[in-house]
Amino acid sequence: MAAAVTADQAGMSVALLDEQARPGGQIYRDVTRTGTDSADRMRILGADYAHGSTLTGALIASRVHHITGVVVWSIEEGFRLVYTANGAAAHIGAKRVLIATGALERAMPVPGWTLPGVMTAGAAQILLKGSGILPRRAVLAGSGPLIYLVAAQMVRAGVPPLALVETQTRGDMMQAMRHLPAALKGWRGLAKGLGLLAELRRAGVRRFAGATGLAVEGTDKAEALCFQAGARDHRIACDTVLLHHGVVPNAQAARALGVSHRWTQAQQAFTPVLDKWGGTDLPGLFIAGDGAGIGGAMVAEIAGRLAALKLAEEAGHLTDVARDSQAKPLFRARSRELAIRPFLDAAYPPFSDALAPTDSTIICRCEEITAGEIRQTATLGCLGPNQAKSFTRAGMGPCQGRYCGLSVTAILSEATGQSPDVTGYYRIRPPLKPVTLADLATMAETEATDPEGE
Amino acid sequence: MGPAPRPCPFRNFSMSADSPFVYLCPPARLVTIRFDGAELLLPDGENLAASLLAAGIDSFRHTRKSGAPRAPFCMMGACFDCLVEIDGVSRQACMQTVVEGMDISRPVGATHD
Ligand SMILES: Cc1cc2nc3c(=O)[nH]c(=O)nc-3n(C[C@H](O)[C@H](O)[C@H](O)COP(=O)(O)OP(=O)(O)OC[C@H]3O[C@@H](n4cnc5c(N)ncnc54)[C@H](O)[C@@H]3O)c2cc1C
Ligand code: FES
Repeated sequence: MAAAVTADQAGMSVALLDEQARPGGQIYRDVTRTGTDSADRMRILGADYAHGSTLTGALIASRVHHITGVVVWSIEEGFRLVYTANGAAAHIGAKRVLIATGALERAMPVPGWTLPGVMTAGAAQILLKGSGILPRRAVLAGSGPLIYLVAAQMVRAGVPPLALVETQTRGDMMQAMRHLPAALKGWRGLAKGLGLLAELRRAGVRRFAGATGLAVEGTDKAEALCFQAGARDHRIACDTVLLHHGVVPNAQAARALGVSHRWTQAQQAFTPVLDKWGGTDLPGLFIAGDGAGIGGAMVAEIAGRLAALKLAEEAGHLTDVARDSQAKPLFRARSRELAIRPFLDAAYPPFSDALAPTDSTIICRCEEITAGEIRQTATLGCLGPNQAKSFTRAGMGPCQGRYCGLSVTAILSEATGQSPDVTGYYRIRPPLKPVTLADLATMAETEATDPEGE
Repeated sequence: MGPAPRPCPFRNFSMSADSPFVYLCPPARLVTIRFDGAELLLPDGENLAASLLAAGIDSFRHTRKSGAPRAPFCMMGACFDCLVEIDGVSRQACMQTVVEGMDISRPVGATHD
């Protein structure tokens, strides 16, 4: 949204394609509707969420051609974006493209995580933002600030979670402490985190730290979360288990275009290789936001504006002097916002059991492939995910490896002793989401209308 | 002590007493849809997956390989565990809205590739 508005203000002709029906992305999902529908929901979601209205307001007031409810399933170099809207395929041409596909929650494969009743913490938040729905008896499990935020929102809504089962350890916090001085530059973020923890304490929400051996019990649906903490076994009966241990870039579109990616150890994920403006190794193709590496909502907004300034300069709408003078405060703001990341990454690392799941744990949800089956392919000589895919079908289901890709890389890399960079990632090909023949058939009919964007 | 959470007066309202989910406030206009042959009253224009969950539907589909039940996991269109057949077409329920008269069935084993 920030990028589209900045580019529009610079005089570019801009189309913004988004799968969601209303503006907002993940963090500000449905903010335009929540504001008018329910003051109560706004209070529960908090001030950071309300900030989204300034972005959506600017977008609505701009000339940006906002095409909503469309899945972009192919981006061809040159560029042509193919998308489906209401079961009909269409396409749009553009000289320059900015990919801002955001993040996905990191898959947290633990025994039982495929049972109905197990969702991501972000999914619970989407239920609240989009529909005003909350789980009655839920346990939040994993690590990271989003868990505290979701828990606090549940408390404010009057339906607190039964417990927070946190996987980060005291050791992680000690490690993180060396990043604390730098993080103080982003003190607002730290203060917010402490505020959330205080809110949970006041509400008397139970918290377990350093939990291990997480497993969801149940036959046809989740019935309890079992784990060890403080040298004891625990079992919490519940209807809903909300898993979360961080977010990772949603890189499907960038991957399909062949943008180079590199393993980033601190984020335990692959990130695209970009210049300071968000430019990729393909001319005219930029990436901004969490899809470029996890930085959070403010960083995403700033990076979007920076990429837009560079795009506008390339398109001849801004001189490089004007670009640089507008960019200068943004670069400064970005480094201030990023200051807290090393602390957060170290304090709330991914749950180690879920990075190296037990043999019987399913890692590919679509094709029901276990960690053991992937390890088996390594003993048969598989070195990378693409070979493992052809042996096991892992990553061949409709989600196209969105939730198993990093697990497969991690398991193979552990088994072969090769680095994640050498092990690599699935080769992603369009369509980025499954398309039906009926969708394709409609494309021929729309071939005639082909708006040219910049 | 900080401010006590101010509960919405209707917070215990729910479409189904067995549902593991509750509405913050009751949904406005309800319309009739069919799910696996049975009639359900769901809030018009709201997210389909969310509305089905709130109505107490806990299994949306069964996997092709083992037949295991699945229900929405990500709510953002990424995992495909919410796939249902709407008027014969396979769709992600979390990316659809409730429309009067929808006829939804659980795809048995079928996925979308
Ligand atoms: C479920 C979830 C909940 C989160 N909640 C919070 C929170 O409460 N607070 C917080 O600080 N951070 C939260 N985060 C992190 C936060 O989302 C990001 O920091 C921030 O939203 C990044 O902004 P972005 O513009 O990069 O991506 P996003 O806001 O995620 O926007 C990406 C957009 O791209 C669209 N998209 C993706 N692929 C396609 C495609 N193929 N075709 C068309 N459109 C597509 C999506 O629909 C989405 O609207 C959450 C993350 C997730 C995954
Ligand atoms: S719940 Fe994941 S795609 Fe719908």
